Amino acid sequence: MIVSNLELIFGKRINKHLGVVQGSSVRAKHAGRDIMAGLKNLVGGELKGYTELLQESREEATDRMIEQARSLGANAVLNVRYSTSSVAAGAAEIYVYGTAVLLSE
Amino acid sequence: MDILITLGIIIILLLVGFVFGTMAEKRHYKNIIEEEKRLNKIPAMSCRMPPETQAYDQVLVMGNIVVANDYFKFFTAALKNFFGGRLNTFESLLDRGRREAVIRMKKQAESMDAELIFNVKYITANLNAGEEGKIGSIELFAYGTAMIRVNT
Repeated sequence: MIVSNLELIFGKRINKHLGVVQGSSVRAKHAGRDIMAGLKNLVGGELKGYTELLQESREEATDRMIEQARSLGANAVLNVRYSTSSVAAGAAEIYVYGTAVLLSE
Repeated sequence: MDILITLGIIIILLLVGFVFGTMAEKRHYKNIIEEEKRLNKIPAMSCRMPPETQAYDQVLVMGNIVVANDYFKFFTAALKNFFGGRLNTFESLLDRGRREAVIRMKKQAESMDAELIFNVKYITANLNAGEEGKIGSIELFAYGTAMIRVNT
């Protein structure tokens, strides 16, 4: 499965458009991480716990999108976009979407 | 007496934040500049069209970081907020966060022997929206398409 945020793949032809596919993941910060982050807030800088949390969340959202594309019979997802929104206090939604296509040589 | 103790605690927090926060920021900037020089061999650009002279494999690469201000900067920003104007403490925080996100993205591209990164996009998100009285933690995220040269 090719995943790209460009609109075309050089040297390949788009045979069929299969529509928009998407994946999302909502995660809350857990208490342990929150306390550590609270301490870290004193001196500032990177909050590693949150960085990892969002990274995992983003991977999960991407996997869900790829799964959906696969079930449509696509072999690539083009023009992928990410977005993040804070849906509730302490929770973030990661959303990813793209166009599923069938490529041929 | 109680007021004195509270005041004392605040002053200690401010000092700790100022000393360690400034040290950490200087160290971070030094690190960023070194890494940027090293990773200059992989240019990242925001063009949308891939080059047509050479065949490339395309892979999505990304980098993220969550940053927060130290207590001293938070305090001065709150004071500044009253008078308005430029909040340079936040400017430097977002600047180094964003540059670090790009460095992480480039490192991922480097591990795949990529030559270029196309269509770079940035996202900034506040993770503490709606929470009163908390120092905001901000996520900076960069992603793009790494172009890996295909040997033909």
